[in-house]
Amino acid sequence: MSFPWANEYKPSHPLMQWIDEKLPLPRFVYNAVGAGYPVPRNLNYMWNFGVLAGFALVLQIVTGVVLAMHYAANAGVAFDSVEHIMRDVNWGWMLRYAHANGASMFFIVVYTHIFRGFFYSSYKAPREMIWLLGVVIFLLMMATAFMGYVLPWGQMSFWGAKVITGLFSAIPLVGPPLQEWLLGGFAPDNAALNRFFSLHFLLPFVILGVIILHVWALHIPGSSNPTGVEVKQESDTVPFHPYYTAKDGFGLGIFLMVYCALVFFAPNLLGHPDNYIPANPLSTPAHIVPEWYFWPFYAILRAFTSDFLIIPAKLMGVLAMFSAILVWFFLPWLDTSPVRSGHYRPLFRKFFYALVIDVLVLGYCGGAPAEEPYVMISQIASMYYFLHFLVILPIVSSIETPQPLPFSITEAVLGKDEHATLAPATPPSAPAVA
Amino acid sequence: MAGDGVRRRDFINIAAVSFAGVGGLAALYPLISQMAPSADVLAESSTEIDISAIAPGQAIKAVWRKQPVFIRNLTPEEIKSADAVDVASLRDPQTLEQRTTAGKTNWLITMGVCTHLGCVPLGAGEGEVKGEFGGYFCPCHGSVYDTAARIRKGPAPKNLEVPPHEFSSDTVVKIG
Repeated sequence: MSFPWANEYKPSHPLMQWIDEKLPLPRFVYNAVGAGYPVPRNLNYMWNFGVLAGFALVLQIVTGVVLAMHYAANAGVAFDSVEHIMRDVNWGWMLRYAHANGASMFFIVVYTHIFRGFFYSSYKAPREMIWLLGVVIFLLMMATAFMGYVLPWGQMSFWGAKVITGLFSAIPLVGPPLQEWLLGGFAPDNAALNRFFSLHFLLPFVILGVIILHVWALHIPGSSNPTGVEVKQESDTVPFHPYYTAKDGFGLGIFLMVYCALVFFAPNLLGHPDNYIPANPLSTPAHIVPEWYFWPFYAILRAFTSDFLIIPAKLMGVLAMFSAILVWFFLPWLDTSPVRSGHYRPLFRKFFYALVIDVLVLGYCGGAPAEEPYVMISQIASMYYFLHFLVILPIVSSIETPQPLPFSITEAVLGKDEHATLAPATPPSAPAVA
Repeated sequence: MAGDGVRRRDFINIAAVSFAGVGGLAALYPLISQMAPSADVLAESSTEIDISAIAPGQAIKAVWRKQPVFIRNLTPEEIKSADAVDVASLRDPQTLEQRTTAGKTNWLITMGVCTHLGCVPLGAGEGEVKGEFGGYFCPCHGSVYDTAARIRKGPAPKNLEVPPHEFSSDTVVKIG
């Protein structure tokens, strides 16, 4: 679907006309990310992060496929094959650092993309499906990143695999056999490493498939925008190309600068030295933590130290950790305010920033050792996290008086400018509000 | 055909689709089963260990099923402190006698795998932290085990698992 004023694809070259008749793929691209997709004219830079996440995925697939040409998924030689890539393979060091830091960059842009969604309530009707698919993509990303981290078969790889598959052993009755089935043994070994490699190669393409659904669902209502007011008229939109291809291109430049700074000047900044020690099944590193992008969830896992009613502490921690993401699936129905954008919701906005701080605190505690005061801080922060989604959000939605919304996107952009002429389709009212 | 509205075609349709469904499910079985531990992994299921060199108060780490096993020679004080605990107050109530072989209660043989998420607890090696109950301490998430390797504090739900074992002689124990 698109707005009636969307540009129509009219290939002029006979070859393109011929292709368009047989397989309208260029038309599809033109309507999806080209001049045929009308987008609100007022998008800010927070709207760059979807395209950046797509770029990061392509980056990971390209570097990953070439790394797979040199890596050996066998517990006996995996660690050495990674060192072989680092020392002997032409440009191997760069490709591996590009892939490892690419994962961090991918999570940075995806977290920003998700929090953009929180602030502007992008999950609200009619965009619930886009949001739900986005949460699915995030879950797939987490699984992919976890399995990728196991492949170098260092100490953190091994113990990460053990702890994360150990999560499944918390499930009553079927837990321990399920963990054995997942690992193909009683502890992580060759069988586990091989299947993780196979799935690590497969899942990015599954993610690609869900991204196509995510963008497809996006194109039905069209993109949201910082005011949260829906598109009403042609003057509210501009074609995606060249307006947002240019804006996204600028954002991509910034992204690449940060990325290259990491890859070339601090390639191990976000990693753990312990992972340069070969896996040792008999010795757990003293301070075992996952990669930084899992820290907030890891803190929630560790926050449960004593049994809760009849549920053992271990199961409770696992349930809480998964619930921390699963609660996002219910977000479109927990936030009942008819106003989307946080710009017009003063109370909601305060709690949004409180959530950001809360998640940062959780992240810090997740990376810290399992001792006081971090355990207690994680417990309080975990409680607040669930309180935000399950209690605060519904209450705020019902008691808050939102600020007045602009009549249209055009008015929001031009209304305060005395010299600007509004588009003819805009009703003449539009008084300049202070 | 009979007048009940069921035609020969309906029967063929249901029979064919059911058969294909059963076939599809049957084809899933090997795809799922292939992920379970393979025969060679299961075959490494017992190991014999010489314990003659372990003095009271010492412990060693052995390997069984590619996982660490702690073999600990308890001192009389450690046995006494394990027996002094009110069993009913424990998260996973077990006495030291239930966790060891009769007549050899000084030999505490447990998996070196924390029952929380599977890290190797500290306390078996020389100079390692034993935690406040004198047994084992898991550095990953802070579970503390006592001198009978029973869970006393922290997130782990169970005592350290006692693997199946028997003493082949006074100095050799067979695990598995």
